[in-house]
Amino acid sequence: MDTPILEMRNITKEFPGVRALNNVSFRVAKGEIHCLVGENGAGKSTLMKVLSGVWPYGSYTGDIYLDGELQTFRHVTDSEKAGIGIIYQELALVPELSVYENIFLGHEISNGVTVDWNETIKRANEMLARVRLDVNPATKIKDLGVGKQQLVEIAKALNRNVKLLILDEPTAALNDDDSANLLQLLREQKAHGVTCIMISHKLREVMAIADTVTILRDGQTVCTLDAHKGEVTEQVMIRHMVGREIDNVYPPRVGHRPGDEVVFEVKDWNAYDPRLGRQVLKQVNLKIRKGEIVGLAGLMGAGRTELALSLFGNFPHYEISGEIYVQGKPVKFSHPRDAIENGVAYLTEDRKGNGLILIQDVKQNISLANLKTLANRGIVDANAEIKVANEYRASLNIKTPSVAQKVINLSGGNQQKVCLGKWLFVKPNILILDEPTRGIDVGAKYEIYTIMNRLVQEGMSIIMISSELPEILGMSDRIYVVSEGRITGELPVEEANQEIIMQMATN
Amino acid sequence: MFFKSLQKLLKENIREYGMYIALFVIMLIFTITTDGIFISSRNISNLLNQTGYIAVLAVGMTLVIVIRHIDLSVGFLAGFLGAVAAIALAFWNLPVYVVIPLVLVLGVVAGLFTAFPIAQLKVPAFVASLAGWLIYRGALLLVTAGTGTIIIADETFNAIGNGFIPDIPGLENFLPGVHKLTLLLGLVAIALYVVSQFRDRRKKLSYNFETLPMNMFIAKLVFISVLLALITWVLAGYNGLSWTVVIVLLVVGIYHFVTTQTVLGRHIYAVGGNPEAAELSGISVKKITYVVFGSMGMLAGLSGILFASRLRSATVTAGTLFEMDAIAAAYIGGVSAAGGVGNVMGSLIGALVTMSLTSGMNLMNIDIAYQYIVRGAVLLAAVIFDVTTRSRGR
Repeated sequence: MDTPILEMRNITKEFPGVRALNNVSFRVAKGEIHCLVGENGAGKSTLMKVLSGVWPYGSYTGDIYLDGELQTFRHVTDSEKAGIGIIYQELALVPELSVYENIFLGHEISNGVTVDWNETIKRANEMLARVRLDVNPATKIKDLGVGKQQLVEIAKALNRNVKLLILDEPTAALNDDDSANLLQLLREQKAHGVTCIMISHKLREVMAIADTVTILRDGQTVCTLDAHKGEVTEQVMIRHMVGREIDNVYPPRVGHRPGDEVVFEVKDWNAYDPRLGRQVLKQVNLKIRKGEIVGLAGLMGAGRTELALSLFGNFPHYEISGEIYVQGKPVKFSHPRDAIENGVAYLTEDRKGNGLILIQDVKQNISLANLKTLANRGIVDANAEIKVANEYRASLNIKTPSVAQKVINLSGGNQQKVCLGKWLFVKPNILILDEPTRGIDVGAKYEIYTIMNRLVQEGMSIIMISSELPEILGMSDRIYVVSEGRITGELPVEEANQEIIMQMATN
Repeated sequence: MFFKSLQKLLKENIREYGMYIALFVIMLIFTITTDGIFISSRNISNLLNQTGYIAVLAVGMTLVIVIRHIDLSVGFLAGFLGAVAAIALAFWNLPVYVVIPLVLVLGVVAGLFTAFPIAQLKVPAFVASLAGWLIYRGALLLVTAGTGTIIIADETFNAIGNGFIPDIPGLENFLPGVHKLTLLLGLVAIALYVVSQFRDRRKKLSYNFETLPMNMFIAKLVFISVLLALITWVLAGYNGLSWTVVIVLLVVGIYHFVTTQTVLGRHIYAVGGNPEAAELSGISVKKITYVVFGSMGMLAGLSGILFASRLRSATVTAGTLFEMDAIAAAYIGGVSAAGGVGNVMGSLIGALVTMSLTSGMNLMNIDIAYQYIVRGAVLLAAVIFDVTTRSRGR
């Protein structure tokens, strides 16, 4: 067998409290298209960041060999020099610059002082022809659609004579035509001798294009499948992706059944994003009953967070149509304040980014969304605030020396509980939880699940967005599956299993 | 033992106490280099009156910077509104009790006008307020074009910038040459401070919050009380409290109360700390932006009144570079450009630091060129100190 173009041996990468990669080995043969598949959080992106030098040599253990030579990338520029080109989900193009300027960004053709623009444009045209993109190279990037931008990225990488091209979910934001076009292009580059690693959630695409598939799960390599031996099928891939044992990490809800009364209903909900020029939510219909936990499953980028935020009245630039009914009464939310006043609360997936005010203390964060009930004629009653904060500190078991502690000093799980406390203090009837256990340890997860059970027993209704299928199956009464902005399935938890959901989500 | 815990206290709270120490050191240096002229009653009284119109701007600017914006227009806005006040008094013959509210309301309107493109259209505050800077500069030139400097004759108005509070009548023979009411107010202030500190401490202890150890707490009380007593004694030795100082203390007091005790204040700091989180918590970032810029405009009006009153006239160049002094004062006072951090007390101290530098160097007859360089160096040092202590604290 030839020397593989890339071999990663026993890669282990740890973040504080999490082992993202555990002894992963990964081999890519020359000239193949190798797909990397796995659930959210399986470690695919981390592995590619180790490879490209985003996580520098020394921050992980294990060895990387390129063409049989040991590599020690300390920076992204090192891996670029070695012939690795990586294209991320969020494109790294400069929107205000032209196509040709972007293709040659950082590698300008110059005589040492001035840039030779004529030569640049001539070469850019050659590259554009190679990726079969028919645009004027002087067009600004921001005037191109996402599909064409992706092609420019590839042209940029090819221009640097990459040997190994890595694409992180290249088709996630593309429509069907653009996706098909991109896959065709990758096949052509293979013929030119470019080796390709593609991360993808779309299993049909993987089956269409892959020579070899490696599956990661929980930071470990599960198996490598050879397409030419007929090993790559949807069923096999799904089984390996989700095949973990579900231990009993979900506290049971004893003697509780959701009521029949529909407390929250969404009809024909559509959202159009004029900046992306596409429909992000299409004809969404949802119903939530009193005391029910509804799981919203789907892959990253399926539109679940966009759905939740738009229902919560936070849609800075979307054009929205559709109806919301709270307790049978039609409502319109133009600001999160309206949603809160109607008993709807939303716990963000990004607690540090837009959930907490990290430089403020626990009590200030808990009281934030409902400060007026603690105030008398606009003056905050500091004692009442401390009392409330201490109540939630006790009932949610927030571990902090005092409620005057700054939130930035708390652990992830305790920060999440502070967030939760903030929303429980507005006394909502409908609580939307977006990835409520992301980035927190097992013990804190269990506590959050227990709190959720208590809340629905008290009559609250919960919509839980989660990328972790076991969590969806373990906690929900009913499940909606979201894919590409649509509800692609609705099923009671009794009829659901990971394979069915994954099938609906990759649809 | 005592000095060890004092050392520890200073080390851990260097950010909080840093600027007080800086102010103290600066005052000490100038007192030595000017053979005590700097700390004389007359000079300190003058210094405080000169600080007034910058201090009120710095208070407003603090909140603007806390919500991650900037307002460059306030200097010439103050100049322009001072001129409006002068015109209203001198040419329209409006009574002073009408002119002052009128100017403050005009200030609010101007502030909202600046806020509109920022809040509604997401125009960067730097650009929106730079436009205001040009517009109000032009407006000031326009209204003073025919007359040049406008002299204000109204004595009530001029007293704001030059007058002192009256003394208690009938006590002329007791402590002659000392302003008794000032002394009394100073004692009341010290008493209130001590009582409030004890109540605050008791409350914190009852909730098991962190408090200073008892000996350090007493040391702090004594230190601040002595400082207040000294300032009172120095001021009482000249003409007593000036109306400017009374106004500044009122403004700082009200803003301190609003920022620390009210829903509005908490919302302002929430927006500064994390605007996305505030928005998702039901706080309208737009509304807060309007409120903060409106307040800034009002304080610009007040600054214009203080300055015009102090000069007993409105001039063509009034307000030049006030905004920069206010911004510098806010940064020296510990406001962070990253948002959500800073308080109005700090900015008052910041204003005192810049004005002490100016006053001290003037007394030492230092060339104006060197004065600017020194002030620039102090601003830079203050911000470097702030940034380095912050990153260490995390």
